[in-house]
Amino acid sequence: MKTPKIDRRSFVIGTAAVGAGLTLGLKIPFGTSVVRAQDGSPEINVWVVIRPDDTVVVRVARSEMGQGTLTGLAQMVAEELEADWTKVTTEYPTPGQSVARKRPWGNFSTGGSRGIRESNEYVRKGGATARLMLVQAAANAWGVPATECTAANSVITHKPTGRTTTYGKVAEAAAKLTPPAEVTLKDPKEWKIIGKPVKRLDTMTKVTGAQVYGFDLKLPGMLNAAIKECPVFGGKVKSFDADKVKGMPGVKHVVQVGDSAVAVVAETWWEAKKALDAMPITWDEGPNAKVSSATIADTLKEGLDAEQAFVRTNVGDAKGTFAGAAKKVEAVYAYPFQNHAPMEPMNATAKFTADKCEVWVPTQNGEAAFAATLAASGLPADKCEVYKIMVIGGGFGRRGAFHDYVTQAVRIAKQVPGTPVKLLWSREEDMVQGRYHPVMQAKMSGGLDASGNLVGLHMRLSGQSILSAVFPQNLQDGRDNATFQGVDPSGDFTLGYTVPNLLIDHAMRNTHVPPGFWRGVNINQNAIFLECFMDELALAAGQDALEFRRKLMSKHPKHLAVLNAVADRAGWGKPAPQGVHRGLAHMMAFGSYVAACAEVSVTGGDKVKVRRIICATDPGYAVNPAQIERQIAGSFVYGLSAVFMEECTVKNGAIEQTNFNTYDSMKIAQMPKVESIIMPSGGFWGGVGEPTICVAAPAVLNAMARATGKRIRTFPLKNHGYQMV
Amino acid sequence: MARLTINGKSLELKVDPSTPLLWAIREQAGLTGTKYGCGVAMCGACTVHMDGKAVRSCVLPVASAEGKQITTIEGLATGATLHKVQKAWVDYEVPQCGYCQSGMIMAVAALLKDKPKPTDADIDAGITNICRCGTFQQVREAIHAAAKA
Repeated sequence: MKTPKIDRRSFVIGTAAVGAGLTLGLKIPFGTSVVRAQDGSPEINVWVVIRPDDTVVVRVARSEMGQGTLTGLAQMVAEELEADWTKVTTEYPTPGQSVARKRPWGNFSTGGSRGIRESNEYVRKGGATARLMLVQAAANAWGVPATECTAANSVITHKPTGRTTTYGKVAEAAAKLTPPAEVTLKDPKEWKIIGKPVKRLDTMTKVTGAQVYGFDLKLPGMLNAAIKECPVFGGKVKSFDADKVKGMPGVKHVVQVGDSAVAVVAETWWEAKKALDAMPITWDEGPNAKVSSATIADTLKEGLDAEQAFVRTNVGDAKGTFAGAAKKVEAVYAYPFQNHAPMEPMNATAKFTADKCEVWVPTQNGEAAFAATLAASGLPADKCEVYKIMVIGGGFGRRGAFHDYVTQAVRIAKQVPGTPVKLLWSREEDMVQGRYHPVMQAKMSGGLDASGNLVGLHMRLSGQSILSAVFPQNLQDGRDNATFQGVDPSGDFTLGYTVPNLLIDHAMRNTHVPPGFWRGVNINQNAIFLECFMDELALAAGQDALEFRRKLMSKHPKHLAVLNAVADRAGWGKPAPQGVHRGLAHMMAFGSYVAACAEVSVTGGDKVKVRRIICATDPGYAVNPAQIERQIAGSFVYGLSAVFMEECTVKNGAIEQTNFNTYDSMKIAQMPKVESIIMPSGGFWGGVGEPTICVAAPAVLNAMARATGKRIRTFPLKNHGYQMV
Repeated sequence: MARLTINGKSLELKVDPSTPLLWAIREQAGLTGTKYGCGVAMCGACTVHMDGKAVRSCVLPVASAEGKQITTIEGLATGATLHKVQKAWVDYEVPQCGYCQSGMIMAVAALLKDKPKPTDADIDAGITNICRCGTFQQVREAIHAAAKA
């Protein structure tokens, strides 16, 4: 996911902040200079609250959805704070507090694998600043210079006398001090908490059933809502027969939501859903009711050879080299729409009164949820608040840029003022109202000289632009740079090859099916297009796939290092066990370098067993290696489910798949053994949650092509009869 | 009305007998550890035990659970002592988002009752829950660890 620099959200927030004043600040019961948390404990600064019992509360603005960000960010603050890790806990500031205090926690957005890498410096500074204040407060109490005092494990020691005190004892005094203007961060060599596989902070409640997800929320007097939006995107409600269901058990209200949805509000959700399913609704499906997967594919196909395209890279004369090339290789690939399908369906709880609107929601971006709340409620920022649910039951991008479910919940609550209403989508609603992984085709053309060297490459993308649908202000002269993830000339998604004549361009072909950011998103299909085609070129050149790549990578040592690491561990070049075939892929994604070597066997022509995957990643710094291993292993589940099983098809303008029976996901039996090589080289901060996904598919596809002699170029593989076993 | 025994407690619930057990557990009994994921018995997030066997409660009418012993994730531990599967889940840090893990843990606890020392093939055949975070590698390690406990 690409980070938008300035977007609609920050504009709304910024504008709202002007009128908000400080009325939403944390309560300040004891004095004017100390800001206090809800329990009265003093805030040392916005990142750190310390309770009298020495508990360290680290404020985390980013969202936890399973990826471990909550623990990782707490590690960063605790490291510089010199906190006792066993006494660290966390809390979320609210978006309303952020607005009222002029965004001291910075960006709340948790997508694009940015949670840690984007905020690492300022959160570490927050910890370091708090430590200096605590030490100064102890020194003041003892009447000694702070330079004679040290801090470790939440204990401050006066070295010459050996006197000690704890953070909890000096927190009140520290909170009154002026923060130092400058702090020096530790050398990474001195890290004691960062870089260690410390245990996650949020495991216990997830094994006892005690963890409260948004979907579990209970508020006094709360009602439950089920909703149906017009299944054809862009369509509207024509009519609905509320009288048919008003007498059904538990039903309290039947309401239209905006111009495109209808909801039933009942005592329980099951009653709401039963009534909704029983209610006749007629849709005005609008102009998109005839669109199908086939018509969309035709539109994209036309773009493969279209004159006009947005050019990302144009070095030399790629097309010109093809005429004189000893060999020209061409291949067309296609990637489908896909849903995020997090296990917790979309939900939000809203309570609306004439002068207040409150929303409880699992969200990847509290500020965007807040903006949606403001817009839907019509109330100013100081009359709105969003409470982020501590743990999200999966996000994968669906809960970041899009808060349609928040808008709906507020619109329902407005029609039932004073009563909290929890809106929960059914899985069916979740499947047909997605913000889908964009649909994309690619025509790959390569020219080889007589020695089999790649002299020219043209990558023509044709398909949807996420930014033009979601953040059109981030287009550059109409071009969507996020489309080119992984094949960029520089930055977090740099192409790992040097090709003397290179053209990469995009014929933008948008559809009425709304696209969205997705775990990995455009890097996923770009990695398939590029890395499968590199294998096709190597085959045409009669060269080894690894050696063919290496010749193009001398200027990309970090890409090469991860590729070499997986090749070495796998024993590339040495014979694989009988019936086992290997495949390679590598990319740079979200600032990290990733590579995979898959070992695959295919039996009966169509049963594919992915036996083992070796994956290397260089994320610059590895904050919590145990969690990185888990993100890597999980990435193969998301990436391989996508390439084998997942496709959202369009019929009569609507998505056809409505549940996991037609939109499947890997099970444990299909899980390969994943071996992770974590090789942080330092000096930069790369992401972890998403990068690995993109190498999952091409590594396996390249192994399959070796096993079967057939190259598959359209996805998912189930459409070709392949089964993951 | 339905009379259910959940986690050893007898409860009289005001619920239509056709309501799926999942929703009676969540909305009438008030136990929210058991999750909704699909409503069609595909994902296993709603797995509970009925007379010791794992069942997917989202498609099971509450009427068919009357007179049976229902155990949910909240009733798996014995007092403050975690069930060996829960303990292994903590030791191996299995959960990521955690939403599917109540069902996963209940499915595994039932599997271990049937097959105290499951092979990988037993696990593959017996555990068919969906986890979108993709925790399967840790799930498998933790099952073997629990089996040894």
